[in-house]
Amino acid sequence: MSAWATRAGIHIDRAACAWLIRRTVDPHAAFVFVTDPAEVPAGATPFDMRGVELGHHGGNCSFETILRRYEVTDPVLWKIAEVVHEADLDDERFHAPEAPGLDAVLRGLSMIADDEQILAITGPMFDGLYEYFRRGLLLDRTPA
Amino acid sequence: MSAGSVGTWVLLAYRIPREPSRPRIAVWRKLEALGVARLGDGLVALPADARTREHLDWIADEVTEAGGAATIWVAAPGSLAQERSIAAAMGEARAAEYEQIAAEAQAAASSDETERRRVLRRLRAELRRIGRRDHFPPPQRQIAHTAVQSLAEPQTSDLSTEQHV
Repeated sequence: MSAWATRAGIHIDRAACAWLIRRTVDPHAAFVFVTDPAEVPAGATPFDMRGVELGHHGGNCSFETILRRYEVTDPVLWKIAEVVHEADLDDERFHAPEAPGLDAVLRGLSMIADDEQILAITGPMFDGLYEYFRRGLLLDRTPA
Repeated sequence: MSAGSVGTWVLLAYRIPREPSRPRIAVWRKLEALGVARLGDGLVALPADARTREHLDWIADEVTEAGGAATIWVAAPGSLAQERSIAAAMGEARAAEYEQIAAEAQAAASSDETERRRVLRRLRAELRRIGRRDHFPPPQRQIAHTAVQSLAEPQTSDLSTEQHV
């Protein structure tokens, strides 16, 4: 089991990154939430923080950076990346009508749950989104 | 912001090389989209919350990656009058944008259904963009939203046409 660290008070990009890390990079990942970059424990891999490799780079959000860094090519994850990008950055690079809704859900969760709870709640949510987009890509239309 | 006490602001102080111009312009555009108050040369401010803080943090990184220098500060205005004057200027900039939207919505009100739908979609997207940079909503905000929403309501002219058919 290895440790991963990110900023406390997680929102869409960090919740999605944690789910992605457990799903594709490190199934036994443990997450630490810090309020200052100096608090990142030795040996932990930081993500979605200023000045780290797994952060925002070249206009990409951290979810996209992790997909690139670990050379993940799953088209369903790249579709989710578009939604996370728009929910996080809202810069209209992608057509992702799901993004504003997802942003509202995560902002609401951050008002009633702590970071561990948000990961527990959003894990199955991202699993569901994955299946939804997987079927959409297979059918080449909106799945029922 | 409660009356009588100043709020907390997040400031980005930055220097970015003039050339190449692409990253410099990208940063400028992002700051415009966030509706920052420009306090001086290379110094911008936004009322602090989790979202504004995070956006400015990432822009600071972008400046650094472009070979510039950036620092983020969390600060309080030295006086309420100062804060009010900055907030008022920000509100006025948005008010002008909302007035433009309301005028465009009113101009399209008498168009046919297809044209109204087209304008409705465009103006809704525009309202969303303005909303993102609207930190001190002026009264014009509600007027613009109402004018745009009215494009989605059935028009009396449509109804009377239907009744005559």
